[in-house]
Amino acid sequence: MLHGWVIVVASAAYLGLLFAVAWYADRRADAGRSVIASPWVYALSLGVYATSWTFYGSVGRAAETGIGFLPVYLGPTLVAVLWVVVVGRMRRIAHAHRITSIADFIGARYGKSASLAALVTVIAVVGLVPYISLQLKAVSTSFTLLTAYPDIVMPRDARAGGVLGDTALYVALLLAAFAILFGARHLDAAERHEGMVAAIALESVVKLAAFIAVGVFVAYGLFDGLADIAARAAADPRTRELLAPVEGPGGSYAGFAWLTVLSMAAILFLPRQFQVAVVENVDERHLRAASWLFPLYLLAINVFVLPIALGGLLHFPSGTVDADTFVLALPMAERQQALALAVFIGGLSAATGMVIVETVALSTMVTNDIAVPLALRFGRLRDGGATASTLLAIRRGAIIVIVLLGYAYFRFAGEAYALVAMGLISFAAVAQFAPAMLGGLYWRHGTRAGAATGLCAGFAVWLYTLLLPSFARSGWLPAGFVEHGPFGIAALKPYALFGVGGLDTITHAMMWSMLANVGCYVAVSLAGRPDAATRAQARRFVDEQDVAASPARPALPLAALEALLARFLGAVRAREAMRAPAAGLLEHAEAQLAGAIGSASARVMVGSVVKDEALGRDEVMSLLDETSQAIAYGRALEQKSAELEAATRELTAANERLKELDAMKDDFVSTVSHELRTPLTSIRAFAEILADQPELAPEKRARFIAIILKETERLARLINQILDLAKIESGRAEWHVEALDLAQVVSDALASGGALAAERGVRIEAQPVAGPVVVRADPDRLMQVLLNLVGNAVKFSPAGTGQVTVRVGVRDGLARVEVTDNGPGIAPDHHALIFEKFRQVGDTLTDRPQGTGLGLPIARRIVRQLGGDLGVTSRPGAGATFWFTLPLDAREAEAGDTRAKEEAWPSAS
Amino acid sequence: MDDERVRGRLAALFLGGCVAFGYPVLAAFNVTGTVFGLPVLYVYVFGAWMALIALVAAIVRRRD
Repeated sequence: MLHGWVIVVASAAYLGLLFAVAWYADRRADAGRSVIASPWVYALSLGVYATSWTFYGSVGRAAETGIGFLPVYLGPTLVAVLWVVVVGRMRRIAHAHRITSIADFIGARYGKSASLAALVTVIAVVGLVPYISLQLKAVSTSFTLLTAYPDIVMPRDARAGGVLGDTALYVALLLAAFAILFGARHLDAAERHEGMVAAIALESVVKLAAFIAVGVFVAYGLFDGLADIAARAAADPRTRELLAPVEGPGGSYAGFAWLTVLSMAAILFLPRQFQVAVVENVDERHLRAASWLFPLYLLAINVFVLPIALGGLLHFPSGTVDADTFVLALPMAERQQALALAVFIGGLSAATGMVIVETVALSTMVTNDIAVPLALRFGRLRDGGATASTLLAIRRGAIIVIVLLGYAYFRFAGEAYALVAMGLISFAAVAQFAPAMLGGLYWRHGTRAGAATGLCAGFAVWLYTLLLPSFARSGWLPAGFVEHGPFGIAALKPYALFGVGGLDTITHAMMWSMLANVGCYVAVSLAGRPDAATRAQARRFVDEQDVAASPARPALPLAALEALLARFLGAVRAREAMRAPAAGLLEHAEAQLAGAIGSASARVMVGSVVKDEALGRDEVMSLLDETSQAIAYGRALEQKSAELEAATRELTAANERLKELDAMKDDFVSTVSHELRTPLTSIRAFAEILADQPELAPEKRARFIAIILKETERLARLINQILDLAKIESGRAEWHVEALDLAQVVSDALASGGALAAERGVRIEAQPVAGPVVVRADPDRLMQVLLNLVGNAVKFSPAGTGQVTVRVGVRDGLARVEVTDNGPGIAPDHHALIFEKFRQVGDTLTDRPQGTGLGLPIARRIVRQLGGDLGVTSRPGAGATFWFTLPLDAREAEAGDTRAKEEAWPSAS
Repeated sequence: MDDERVRGRLAALFLGGCVAFGYPVLAAFNVTGTVFGLPVLYVYVFGAWMALIALVAAIVRRRD
């Protein structure tokens, strides 16, 4: 026997548990260790979508239409696929601008419009009252049903006992109290309620577990598995139609599609869904997990809907038990007392979760978008006072009023409808937000007037085609209003507007309201032009641009601003908020305030502090937006011109360098051609002599030919060297660098240079070190350098008494080669000149040039290329020492014998 | 993060889902008859639903 008090105690215990969980979560949140920072909790909190409508009503609808209950869950599943994209964007925008409700979102998007936010709030409240009333109806019906246990007595009319004897009233008051406890204990700028979210997540688990328990009981306890139910349903004429029902009694494909669309809008724009999905989201990464966890939840809670519906239809004689109560009635009929109580608790979970979050979300909207703006208009809030507590009182009052409105609807209209029909009326109201919201997110040209006209038109059609007929059904309006149209005008029949009939009521209403809503939104938007404030918001919402902080304003009345913040947020938070950088202080303060009282009101409040005598706040705002836009463009231009200037400077420098190089090239070419002309001239002269004087003596002829040959060789050498130098300088020369023993290369060079020395009677002496000196170099190039230095030394040493010494060693960690001669030496002035191209020192008038003037420049190039250097030390009359260094091969340098070689360096200088 | 590609896949999956749960695909399965003893339509809808969830999970979990 289940007494009423057992149920009450069980319910109270359950609600107490919920509150304990919420309290614990709030405590943890204050301590900075959030319990809801998990994708699982986030996904479960989205489960607030599944209300008692799902818990009891789905089975009712399945019993009537078969698969017709599913679009309500397929729509959210499809939206969940895009959860990361769409909700991700809504979340980013909402968190960046401290948007705490759907009304605030739409109002903020269209230029922080207070009137638009108020309109959205009105639509939401009116539209959702039936939905709240359906939760009350579900709890009260299930309670009444359960108290009659074990008899199954359909509660005929809850209104029979008068208001004070009505369970639904107490349920309503209890839920309002709970909503206040969970969601309106204190003001929070971010409008976050971690405790509430934790409790909602727990409720999602409880209702799922309870529903699946009933499903398993029906499928495997009452029947012999799912296939058994299907087989028996197929054999029974009452249920056969439900197995393949579309276009049967269950509805049409169009109806199926519209329901899907409707529930897509609902999952995004229901105030409670916006609350848990966007406002309460603590981590954007949770969206990813939710995009498959949440549909999985919906799938799980729907698997047993049809089995229970078919089971109920097969089990009870037709017409005796309302299909909306099958979930509870089946366990009761089988005397499953504990299971029945669990089902009641599950249904209570579904209802309380919905009512708590929905009323908290709606009360935020009512407070921020209706109450505060009205109070502002009548000057109540400007004069200071206990503003935070006033706001809290307004919010609590709003919660109670909304729940009582739900009760009133239940009392006067509720009995005429099944659960699902009532829920769908609310869904259709919420769907009216879709054009303004989605357009606001993805369409830049939507205007405030367009959004307002669209919302009004859609809402009006909704009122006329869904809400008024529901009143007519309840007897508030004459029944003829539905059957014959108002005043008997058939074209205005609310269920067959303009003669378009044959559709179910929801499809009909959705078709006309969306046509009106989208049509007006787009047409009015395109006919007008968004004002500056709306354009600025479009940049923030559509392009997700963080519009640059407005330029410097006249000094802010900082004290007044802080006092304003303190009134709504408390002194500590106000001081914190005032620490924002000065450039964005006003925006920051406004955003903080928006969290508490909504963005439109925050704008007015901040405006009242930062007053400009000459211009109204609106004008200032739009001016600033225009100005900041212009400044942004100006900045971009400035940046561009700076970039251009820099590029020009670079170009000029490059041009200078090119000119220099060009001059150098000219120089070089003229020198080269001069150098080339000298041998050419002599070759030509001798060749002409030979040609003109065939009778020339043979010995003279032979001498001339020898000269021509020599000059030709010189010319060839010159050209080779020029080419060589050009190659090295341009970096196109090929280098075959390898590790080689420097001493070995030196002795090779001396061997090939020995012939010239012997010819001139010059003695060459090598002073090699003990052991190899390994360097990394190109052997041919190195040989070229050595031959050049040795050749020069031999050439400039006095014939007969010449003495050339070549030393190889290691000094300061570098391999070093010195070639010393006892020639005339080089004056210090000329030390630099000899490394220039085509410069040969010495008296060119008396001395015939002995080389091409390119040998030393090439040698220096080569050595430098190999990482060393080449130079000379000399005094006139005391000979010259040309030296070059090369880095030691790294592996060799590490070897221990380096020191020994350094010590072995002959003390030459 | 390769946002564009993930978005593209999700958008394609969304459209695929709309097709799977809309006319005429639904009509093709709206017949009397059973698979594993269960009505064809329900097996199809729940199967497609499950597949959709699995695909979303595969797409969004790849980069976790």
